[in-house]
Amino acid sequence: MKWTKKHIISINDFSREEIDFVLRKSAIMEGKLFDSRTSSLMNGKILANLFFEPSTRTRMSFEAAMKRLGGVTIGFDHPGITSEVKGETIADTVRIVSGYADVIVIRHPVEGSARLASEYSDSPIINGGDGANQHPTQTLLDLYTIKKEFKDIDGLSICIVGDLKYGRTVHSLTSALENYNVNIRFVSPQELRAPRQIVKTLTEKGMQVKETTKLNVRDSDVVYITRIQKERFPDQQEYERVKDAYILNRKSLEGIQDNAIIMHPLPRVSEICTDVDSTRHARYFEQARNGIPVRMALLCLVCGIGFG
Amino acid sequence: MADKKDQRLKIKTIKNGIVIDHIKQGRALDVLRILGIYGNFRDAVTLAMNVPSKDLGRKDIVKVENRDIDSSEVNKIAIIAPEATINKIKDYRVISKERVSLPELIVGIIKCPNPQCITNKEREPIESVFIVKQKDPLILSCKYCEREVSSPVLLS
Repeated sequence: MKWTKKHIISINDFSREEIDFVLRKSAIMEGKLFDSRTSSLMNGKILANLFFEPSTRTRMSFEAAMKRLGGVTIGFDHPGITSEVKGETIADTVRIVSGYADVIVIRHPVEGSARLASEYSDSPIINGGDGANQHPTQTLLDLYTIKKEFKDIDGLSICIVGDLKYGRTVHSLTSALENYNVNIRFVSPQELRAPRQIVKTLTEKGMQVKETTKLNVRDSDVVYITRIQKERFPDQQEYERVKDAYILNRKSLEGIQDNAIIMHPLPRVSEICTDVDSTRHARYFEQARNGIPVRMALLCLVCGIGFG
Repeated sequence: MADKKDQRLKIKTIKNGIVIDHIKQGRALDVLRILGIYGNFRDAVTLAMNVPSKDLGRKDIVKVENRDIDSSEVNKIAIIAPEATINKIKDYRVISKERVSLPELIVGIIKCPNPQCITNKEREPIESVFIVKQKDPLILSCKYCEREVSSPVLLS
């Protein structure tokens, strides 16, 4: 398994062994988060954050991860200040920036842009989200959160709720879960059902998959709820009709298993009421925090920096 | 026997050129399109559709006089007619016979149906690339946006 200079573009590029390896390394990194040696692992290294689309969590999380490792960050978080507005191609931008930085994180609304970037970069590219397609580091931190909680992903019942049609975190997560032996329950409005191909692939791999429009949190180890994303809807009337389809509150958690956890890629709008935050099931803030050790581990891996 | 005789009557042999046989029923016109044969082609073109076939039940055949075929055309035909065979004819004799085969990667031939895919954005230095995930029935996956396609549309 060669990690140095590996591009992190799609969770579909990862085997189960590779995913498990990243999760193990992330746990090691979390154990060393405040170790004095950790804060100098990336001394002298530069991370370029190329955010052609707004993001707060992903961009700040990569920036924090790099700075915790002793590296520095450059880049932009607003396409208005880039040469793209002058008509520069993604390929040219990346070719130039790869001469400035040791590792590049790119977020771009066009699907496949990160794969294209990887073909023109001497430095490793990490996909920070390409439109509705992939967001592999989100998936790795989701899996890390599940594994941290239950030690083993195999055998779990996972309920995935919300926008299963447009939500890229859902698509990436289910692709990754194809590598494990889990039961999946998809809960969504009829018009936001998971793509047929995803359901077919999971079923062909022998997993128990159920699809329903009714949210029932019982019998699940993990409830992964997502925001209905306004920006992905071509039809705003359709959005208005389904935006509040599922709302988790303290009352709706009645009957939930004692050790079940609730996850959300954030930001949330109305789908999780704040009265859930203080329950023992809420893991979404911890999930977001887990992005730091996972991204620190990945940055070290692709830059060829050993850390135990 | 009667079938064979009928077929001989319907399809004349050619002196020089190509015979594309075992084309999936109904795809002969697509093969002509791939070969760029429209109304302005000067040499003889023979087209047979829905003729009996031992292997396929029914098949189409295309014969084109004084025409060769290149590998990009063969790859395109493989996508729409994966069982097709290409016979090259010289002086009424078959000088080569090959079955088309789908490559693992199909480069620069298929248009990605996803308008948000980077391969549909102008100015980027990129060709469409599809990965053959399954041959029968055909399932392709765009290397870039990962969209799966079962009825590919060829680039013009």
